[in-house]
Amino acid sequence: MGSKMEISMKVNGIEKKSYTEPRMLLVHYLRDELDLTGTHIGCDTSQCGACTVYIDGKSVKSCTTLAVQADGTEVTTVEGLGDMEKLHAIQRGFWEEHGLQCGYCTPGVMMAMAALLKENPDPSESEIREGMKGAICRCTGYQFIVKAVQHAARSLAEENEKEKLVQSAGEGGAK
Amino acid sequence: MIPSEFAYKRANSVAEALQLLKDSGGEGKLLAGGHSLLPLMKFRLTNPQSLIDISKIEELKGVKLEGGRLVVGAMTTYDELVKDETAQQQIPVLVKAVRIIGDQQVRNRGTIGGNLAHGDPAADLPGAALALDAEIEVHGDLGKETIAAEDFFIAPLVTMLGENSIVTSVSFAVPSPNSRSVYLKYEHPASGYAVIGVCAVASMDDSGKVEHIRIGINGVSDVPYRARAVEEALMGAEPTEALVKEVSENAADDGEIGSDLFASEKYRRHLAKVYTERALKEIFFS
Ligand SMILES: Cc1cc2nc3c(=O)[nH]c(=O)nc-3n(C[C@H](O)[C@H](O)[C@H](O)COP(=O)(O)OP(=O)(O)OC[C@H]3O[C@@H](n4cnc5c(N)ncnc54)[C@H](O)[C@@H]3O)c2cc1C
Ligand code: FES
Ligand code: FES
Repeated sequence: MGSKMEISMKVNGIEKKSYTEPRMLLVHYLRDELDLTGTHIGCDTSQCGACTVYIDGKSVKSCTTLAVQADGTEVTTVEGLGDMEKLHAIQRGFWEEHGLQCGYCTPGVMMAMAALLKENPDPSESEIREGMKGAICRCTGYQFIVKAVQHAARSLAEENEKEKLVQSAGEGGAK
Repeated sequence: MIPSEFAYKRANSVAEALQLLKDSGGEGKLLAGGHSLLPLMKFRLTNPQSLIDISKIEELKGVKLEGGRLVVGAMTTYDELVKDETAQQQIPVLVKAVRIIGDQQVRNRGTIGGNLAHGDPAADLPGAALALDAEIEVHGDLGKETIAAEDFFIAPLVTMLGENSIVTSVSFAVPSPNSRSVYLKYEHPASGYAVIGVCAVASMDDSGKVEHIRIGINGVSDVPYRARAVEEALMGAEPTEALVKEVSENAADDGEIGSDLFASEKYRRHLAKVYTERALKEIFFS
């Protein structure tokens, strides 16, 4: 019982193979085995969302998922969102609007909000707050988080606009 | 918060899941979305010797319309149901109830079958299941059987499900086009579960009399229930504000309502009346 099992998954684009006990939580696997400590643990009750990562593009709480359940999937952690060379729009938003105080919740909040923006690129304030239900922050009072997400939504829209222009210019040039 | 040891197996078909359950000799548990089971295991409130992961079983997934009923595979996640166009068109109230379960991360994992199988009286799906005459399809030692939602829930976290059985799908009656429906929830401020949730579906005949009504209530009672006393008082009647107020007084009659740390019995009975009245008003007068 409980003997180690081979699992493999793509984490932030890199194939990872390991032997783990079935009871290993995904969050512990990511933090302790793969050293991806950006994913945090903020509670015992599956409520805070500090541990939010993506499995096949869907936001999930990695404290309430077994590593073996993620076998064969693609996992994205906050480290895979962007880096200092190229920050994700949500990361820039948090930077510009100061969307954090202690920063403990921030990786999970950014993961939850980047997922929201993928499905709903122009969320209202109440949609942002509703999307934050699974990501608790005990410092900011959420005001600056909302601003950070709105900032990210604006810059994603601008990026899209630019891309369209470049594309249409490209098409024009080819004629 | 690490669960105690267990063996993990993935089933690729319903038949395989049933065989693995049988092999576990009563010590195994099915793992669907894991969003009720894993939290309990982390606290070691339950310690199954083996988990049988049913999340990869294709035959348990999907939403389809069949003979006037919406048939939802047990392994369909809340998020999949919420985004399903057939579900949105046919039973908006079901989508509305599921749409407010937990949070987005929970909805990405939790499943329709797991919700009902878990039998948590504070869950949001049982009320809608009762109001929509849901039928739960179960495969087990006795072959295939169908259990009506009203017979399914027995006690907190206890259902009619036999030991070696699996919920394969849940079907919900599509309400008639002239019906109106609502799910009203007062959520626990910390957990987000329903302190009360009232799902009501009703339609009227040409003369303005109630010809169909179902009221399913979860949260306040140890077992989710149909407010039959209220339903019966409204059948065949022409709803007026005064009548709705009067019959809602009986909204707690069919429940098994007690006190716990969060809410007293008196408060729960009060909530049942107030939320039933509000739900009915929304259906009949808005
Ligand atoms: C933070 C948080 C907030 C939540 N908030 C809400 C809320 O507001 N409203 C609400 O309704 N729920 C809420 N839930 C619970 C959530 O909806 C669960 O997903 C659901 O109760 C169980 O479904 P699951 O697929 O996760 O089942 P699992 O946890 O995998 O299984 C639960 C139980 O059902 C059994 N089981 C699962 N599938 C089957 C099957 N097909 N056949 C037979 N047995 C089966 C399992 O063996 C287990 O005993 C919340 C959960 C969390 C973690
Ligand atoms: S650590 Fe709090 S929800 Fe996962
Ligand atoms: S910034 Fe401290 S918890 Fe959110």
